[in-house]
Amino acid sequence: MSGHESTYVPKTGVEKWLDTRLPIVRFGADYLALPTPKNLNYWYTFGAILSICLVVQIVTGIFLAMHYQPNTEMAFASVERIMRDVNGGWLIRYVHQTGASMFFIAVYIHMLRGLYYGSYKAPREMIWILGCLIFFLMIATAFLGYVLPWGQMSYWGAEVITNLIGAIPLIGEPVLIWLRGGPAIDNATLNRFFSLHYLLPFVIFGVVVLHLWALHTAGQNNPVGILIPKERVAKDTVPFHPYYTVKDGFALILFLILFSIFVFFMPHALGHPDNYIPANPLVTPPHIVPEWYLLPFYAILRAIPDKFGGVVAMFAAIGVLFVLPWLDTSKVRSMRYRPTAKIFYAIFVVNAFVLGWCGAMLPDAPVVPGMPSFTLFDGELNSYLWLTRLSTLYYFAFFLVILPYLGLKEVPLKIPASISEPVLKGPDAMTAAAPAAPEKKG
Amino acid sequence: MSLSLRKIAVAALAIAAISSPAFAAGEAKHPRSAGFSFEGPLGTFDQTQLQRGYKVYREVCSACHSMDLLSFRTLGERGGPFYDPSAPSAAENRFVRAIAAEAQIADIDTETGEPIMRPGIAADRFPSPWPNRTAGAAANGGAYPPDLSVMAKARKDGSNYIYSLLSGYVDPPVGLRVGAGQYYNPYMMGDMTPFWDGDPDKVPYGGFIAMPPVLSDGQVTYDDGTEATVDQMAKDVAAFITWASDPRAVERKQTGMGVLAFLAIFGGLTYASYRRIWKNVAH
Repeated sequence: MSGHESTYVPKTGVEKWLDTRLPIVRFGADYLALPTPKNLNYWYTFGAILSICLVVQIVTGIFLAMHYQPNTEMAFASVERIMRDVNGGWLIRYVHQTGASMFFIAVYIHMLRGLYYGSYKAPREMIWILGCLIFFLMIATAFLGYVLPWGQMSYWGAEVITNLIGAIPLIGEPVLIWLRGGPAIDNATLNRFFSLHYLLPFVIFGVVVLHLWALHTAGQNNPVGILIPKERVAKDTVPFHPYYTVKDGFALILFLILFSIFVFFMPHALGHPDNYIPANPLVTPPHIVPEWYLLPFYAILRAIPDKFGGVVAMFAAIGVLFVLPWLDTSKVRSMRYRPTAKIFYAIFVVNAFVLGWCGAMLPDAPVVPGMPSFTLFDGELNSYLWLTRLSTLYYFAFFLVILPYLGLKEVPLKIPASISEPVLKGPDAMTAAAPAAPEKKG
Repeated sequence: MSLSLRKIAVAALAIAAISSPAFAAGEAKHPRSAGFSFEGPLGTFDQTQLQRGYKVYREVCSACHSMDLLSFRTLGERGGPFYDPSAPSAAENRFVRAIAAEAQIADIDTETGEPIMRPGIAADRFPSPWPNRTAGAAANGGAYPPDLSVMAKARKDGSNYIYSLLSGYVDPPVGLRVGAGQYYNPYMMGDMTPFWDGDPDKVPYGGFIAMPPVLSDGQVTYDDGTEATVDQMAKDVAAFITWASDPRAVERKQTGMGVLAFLAIFGGLTYASYRRIWKNVAH
């Protein structure tokens, strides 16, 4: 946990010399010896998986950039050339393309884990906020990258998203032109998107370093959610290495198996076939949709009838995550001991899938075909428009109403005194325990 | 009720599986399955089918459709229609050289700089039937025949789609107004509502396509004696276009099998290490 004593002793002459000048070996040794709560489950392995995802994207991206041509006349063909004529190019490109989806699968699990176990609560607010920043940068990077193959969805996705900026009053129009490098999406846009797509992953890398720094300062959260008192550190923690290197390693291999199934056997399953049609500014695709991982936010964007309002709602959906540590009023971190919050959490997860589903559908399409319906304001009640609005409402209500209110009202279960307690008494001993005295709630 | 993160995740995944979104309101008829040999994680191309498919492309499709991304040498690479294990390289493959030499490639005379036409070599790309895009569109009633290099990847269920489209032309249903220079095809994307005079609840599937039904029985003479029915030719050319859209697909799947076998063994060893390391820790 935080501030543990360094146990590293330099042995060789070189190590001793280096240790007084740049204690980099000590840094690594301390990292590996870090006392880590011994009750971390597999949901906690996604941090390690994500760091590998980032490295995979950066390494494959560097090789792709050696062959890619950021020019509207050549971009599409250059990506195909990579897959046909560059040695191992098909592997590099499919890993990079599929890797983006895998990165988001992992980050969503990682965030939902943090939400469930209250990993954003004091003293870990900075870890969470930096994580939200990484997530935001990931979205930006993924969007920029999706434009580069210059297919139909690349072009029209860029058109739709940059247009959103134009919806901002007063400054929208000049910012839009600055962003696109001209009045329309063209070669200048593609060039700057390529440049930024290469830059942002290194910014992410920097923020990841800060994320880990904050993590090692405040200490790992754990499924029980209690801070480990100093006198129990020896009993309740194990050194990161080898205990968690091997556990993270095993989880990583399982993740790589899933990754490989997509890369080698269904590389197109997560993408849209329209992106294999070269970009054509004169032909609008019948149905413009973003990649799956952005669908929930795309749904929120479309839920609001006003364009600028939609943009605000979409950014607010990410922005609200940044202030989550101050919205959740409960002092109990882990939802294991919050029976009511757990139910709302489950609805939240299902609702996120519903939002994603809505994002992929045409707003006017009926949710239940053939069901009689009536017009409510600007759309049929039995349409994805209204399902999206209800879902969006729950998304925001969860953060802005339910979590603040529930923390004050909910009676949590009795929290174990130490993280070893539930282990020694059996896994369900504590969750089945009687509620704590109401005066201790919250 | 004991709700855990694991149960919530399982429930959410189940919902995601049931509700996998159907992209684009599908007014086109779902493609028929041709039962291709290359489907599935172990499927490979049938080389004789690829050769037949190339012949259909060469003799029928290539009159209007380009395949800009294809080089002649690719035809002779491992897994390609004319791969010959005895050839030292794809560029020296005799079939590839003969096929390339049939094509006329626009070039310049290296002495005078005058534009010339010369026979193709293995390194050349398939030449386009049109001098430029506008010429292609002008000769086809304004609709440029799309490039076929990646067609199987550019449509949902691409291989079956190409097969179904080519072999699926039917007479338009009574009540459908088909414009001049257009043809009805139930597998084509589109919305027939504005052109439909019949029952508004029974709008026909499909869309209009500018390409006439180009295949007719016996149109191509197959070198291996296969009977050239429309269905057979559609199947063969769909296989060829699928191969051309992703010539590394078989290599990819075979590599994948090796990768999965490695990961399974490595995963087993890692799990054994995990059990051993954690043996004496209650957690």
